[in-house]
Amino acid sequence: MTDFLLELRSEEIPARMQVKAKEDLASLFNDALAKAGLAAASVETFATPRRLALIATGLPLATDAVSEETKGPKVGAPPQAMEGFLRKAGLTQDQLIERDGVYFAVVEKAGRQTADVLAEAIPAIIRAFPWPKSQRWGAGSASTESLRWVRPLQGIVAILGDDVVPCEIEAIVSGTATMGHRFHHSGPVNIGNAGDYAEKLRDAHVLVHFSERCALIRDGAKAAAAAAGLTLVEDEGLVVENAGLTEWPVPMLGRFDPAFLEVPQEVIQLTARVNQKYFVCHDSAGKLANAFVCTANIDAHDGGAAIVAGNEKVLAARLSDAKFFWEQDLKVALDDQAAKLAQITFHEKLGSVADKVERVARLARWLVEEGIVGPCSPAQAGAQPANNDSSDKVLDPGLRRGTQELADQAERAARLCKADLVTGMVGEFPELQGLMGGYYARAQGETDAVADAVRDHYKPVGQGDDVPTAPVTVAVSLADKLDTLAQFFAAGMPPTGSKDPFALRRAAIGFLSLLLQNDLRGSFKDMLLATGAATSFDSLEEFLVDRLKVQQREAGVRHDLIDAVFSLGGEDDLVRLLARVNALQTYITTAEGANLLAAYKRAANILKAADGVDAAAPTPADLVAEERALLTALDTAAPNAAAAVDAEDFEGAMAALASLRAPIDAFFDGVMVNDADPAKRAFRLGLLARFRDAVHRVADFSRIEG
Amino acid sequence: MSDIAPLSFQDLILTLHDYWGKQGCAILQPYDMEMGAGTFHTATTLRALGPDPWNAAFVQPSRRPTDGRYGENPNRLGAYYQYQVILKPSPPDLQELYLGSLKAIGIDPLLHDIRFVEDDWESPTLGAWGLGWEVWCDGMEVTQFTYFQQMGGFDCKPVSGELTYGLERLAMYIQNKDSIFDLAYNNATADRPAITYGDVFRENERQMSTYHFEVADTDMLFDAFKKATAECENCLERSLPIPAYEQAIKASHIFNILQARGVISVQERASYMGRVRDLAKGSCQAWMEKNGWTA
Repeated sequence: MTDFLLELRSEEIPARMQVKAKEDLASLFNDALAKAGLAAASVETFATPRRLALIATGLPLATDAVSEETKGPKVGAPPQAMEGFLRKAGLTQDQLIERDGVYFAVVEKAGRQTADVLAEAIPAIIRAFPWPKSQRWGAGSASTESLRWVRPLQGIVAILGDDVVPCEIEAIVSGTATMGHRFHHSGPVNIGNAGDYAEKLRDAHVLVHFSERCALIRDGAKAAAAAAGLTLVEDEGLVVENAGLTEWPVPMLGRFDPAFLEVPQEVIQLTARVNQKYFVCHDSAGKLANAFVCTANIDAHDGGAAIVAGNEKVLAARLSDAKFFWEQDLKVALDDQAAKLAQITFHEKLGSVADKVERVARLARWLVEEGIVGPCSPAQAGAQPANNDSSDKVLDPGLRRGTQELADQAERAARLCKADLVTGMVGEFPELQGLMGGYYARAQGETDAVADAVRDHYKPVGQGDDVPTAPVTVAVSLADKLDTLAQFFAAGMPPTGSKDPFALRRAAIGFLSLLLQNDLRGSFKDMLLATGAATSFDSLEEFLVDRLKVQQREAGVRHDLIDAVFSLGGEDDLVRLLARVNALQTYITTAEGANLLAAYKRAANILKAADGVDAAAPTPADLVAEERALLTALDTAAPNAAAAVDAEDFEGAMAALASLRAPIDAFFDGVMVNDADPAKRAFRLGLLARFRDAVHRVADFSRIEG
Repeated sequence: MSDIAPLSFQDLILTLHDYWGKQGCAILQPYDMEMGAGTFHTATTLRALGPDPWNAAFVQPSRRPTDGRYGENPNRLGAYYQYQVILKPSPPDLQELYLGSLKAIGIDPLLHDIRFVEDDWESPTLGAWGLGWEVWCDGMEVTQFTYFQQMGGFDCKPVSGELTYGLERLAMYIQNKDSIFDLAYNNATADRPAITYGDVFRENERQMSTYHFEVADTDMLFDAFKKATAECENCLERSLPIPAYEQAIKASHIFNILQARGVISVQERASYMGRVRDLAKGSCQAWMEKNGWTA
């Protein structure tokens, strides 16, 4: 047994690619071993900006000899078949083995030296490496077929035990020499074997363990903040990124002018993190402090003073840019910014962003005026669902005034919600859309409700994001998503397969979350029609129900039960739909529910086999007890179930169905449906049809699996 | 930085000329047309194509009308200077050569944190892209370092290494100045103080910003854009890639001024850029054909 070291040294590998590259190296290497019939006891990988490496332990020195058997023709097969087989195998017939009337070719393969296997595998791994982007370089690149790597490949260290595994790829010859830190070490570092790799490089100011560098940055940054009496705002993404940018990480604290703290703190944090890869800090009161932590790649001989001074200057320049944008943007009213949205295309087929804003404003108002979004949501008020036809008549004047006010606010917020797209700040930091609009709206004296709505109307961004609950925000956010969904579907641009360029799946999840978490009542089909994008939305309705199933799966709601309720056709209030589904799921998972389902399926099968079922078939005079009992039960249960559904008492509806369970079981036990007497048969089929119809008041049980 | 006085702006250029000249580069002069970046210089764009070795270095005045700030912003200019080095094929020690140039201008890599941070370069108007880094010095981007993979839509065979130094940024760094306009342009003498970058260029910034943002006659520019594209096509018909390419450069700059004037809508923007790209690609193709090179 022996150990193997492979190091592929290159010019700086992008930080974001290093973690994945480690995994890819391990899997390519393991595959190559497995193909040769080898396996390592352990495989560990390393990545720094300038190297990707691997250490495999416990490798055998050679592969085992194997005998490979290939099945050939049957005894007595035509001679051509035999000739072909012998030619392929390179054998004569007397060398074949015969077993059970079939010839086999047996080839003894001698074991191979592991070093030979590796010498062959290394160039293959390099050529097959799945970098997200790769390049050609140097004189060899006169051919487009030349080697590609993430950045120019500089050297290969390949050592099995204490010996070099000789291999070569495009004039790069394997050896024992690597390079240390770019600035702290000059000349080659000679590696003896896998065991001294990490230590030799540590001596040359390179920490090859990714996790060690991460820990150093994580702890060092915290300590640097603490030493200044501050608390680091932890950011694991930054830890990993800085570990990918350094071979010898040294976190250091710097300061910036507190005057910049006037700028919204999200802006400061973003420019520090995204542009400069700095951590930010909080003061003892939990507010953003005028300090940052950068991670250098050297132990500077002045202790880092010049580096900190340089970084402070760069951040100051960036923050003064941000402050400039902030101050400039504050000088322009959001209404004036919104006017510029006419110049920005939303989509070439769907007009400008100004057009979209107009649609969203109208829709947000409609959602309020229809009572779908109320001054306080039903979830908060515990109110009964509004019956839309009569809601206007029963609204008291105060509530009506509240509705008008809310509609005005929703429309106002919608008109401002995209205005920040043309501000300088969002032009510079697109990820601050919404957030900046909120700041600018508040600064120009909009109400908190409007400013919050402008800020939060993109939410929820995908599953797991906060779902807005403030009524104005809900109205604008819902209208924005509805419009996007309806417009793209109406224009024939739904998501296809893995392609969803307009993020419509995310919009759908946002739409559903807003409805469900706020208990917003109303027909989602009517909401789609209110967008005015089309006169029917069959494929979008289907898409939304599919998304609902995906979304509810996480909550443990069965998709077949959603189908069972939805396929009845009448239910387009998604809040009510889910309430029905939940009640159904509770019932159907009880033993009683399972029995009822079984009885239903039995009834459905009999009905399917029968031709001509009449639920109103005349009642024969001589009913057996089981028939009479079922008839009586149905007379009560069917209207009870229907009434309970209408009253949204879904447990009551289940109870009504449950009252059928004993009679239907008794009926199947005691009665033969397909009686010789056609009148009896017709009546009994009619009873089953009535039973099925009663069940269908609640859900289409034929859609339920199991 | 060190005990010796930091380099003036002009000495920074002279030092780089000296350094890259010694590495075998031809020290060229700026291309005498308005352009957005050194990459537009024929010494880069056209010479990056084809098999012939090519090593050159030059300063290229670069015009970015939309970046103009009337001389008020200490970090932004509507016209600035790039130092370009192109080495073809890219030598195996290109990074070392580059770091040597930083030492030559007084940056000590054990005092300052030099980093190669992923930044892939793409020029949609030139139909060009490459992989490389932005080089950071204590967190400041001082150089764009690129291995060209394609130019004018053609694979680079072989690949060139391109270095683009932002001269003003480097000078601010070396001289420890907070404003571009405070940079020492030359060296003080016994009886005369150094003149500043602001002395030389601030008035240009003011006037050119006013011109680009407020005054430029857009009808004239739209017309000039059309004429440049027509002339480019005219030259291409006569197999004259260099004059054709000059018209592409001209069209590109006119487009940039129109952008600064704010008269090109988002929808139109892509189509104008596509127009310029077609001209640049056509010129590159004609250049390939003229030289008898195949894609």
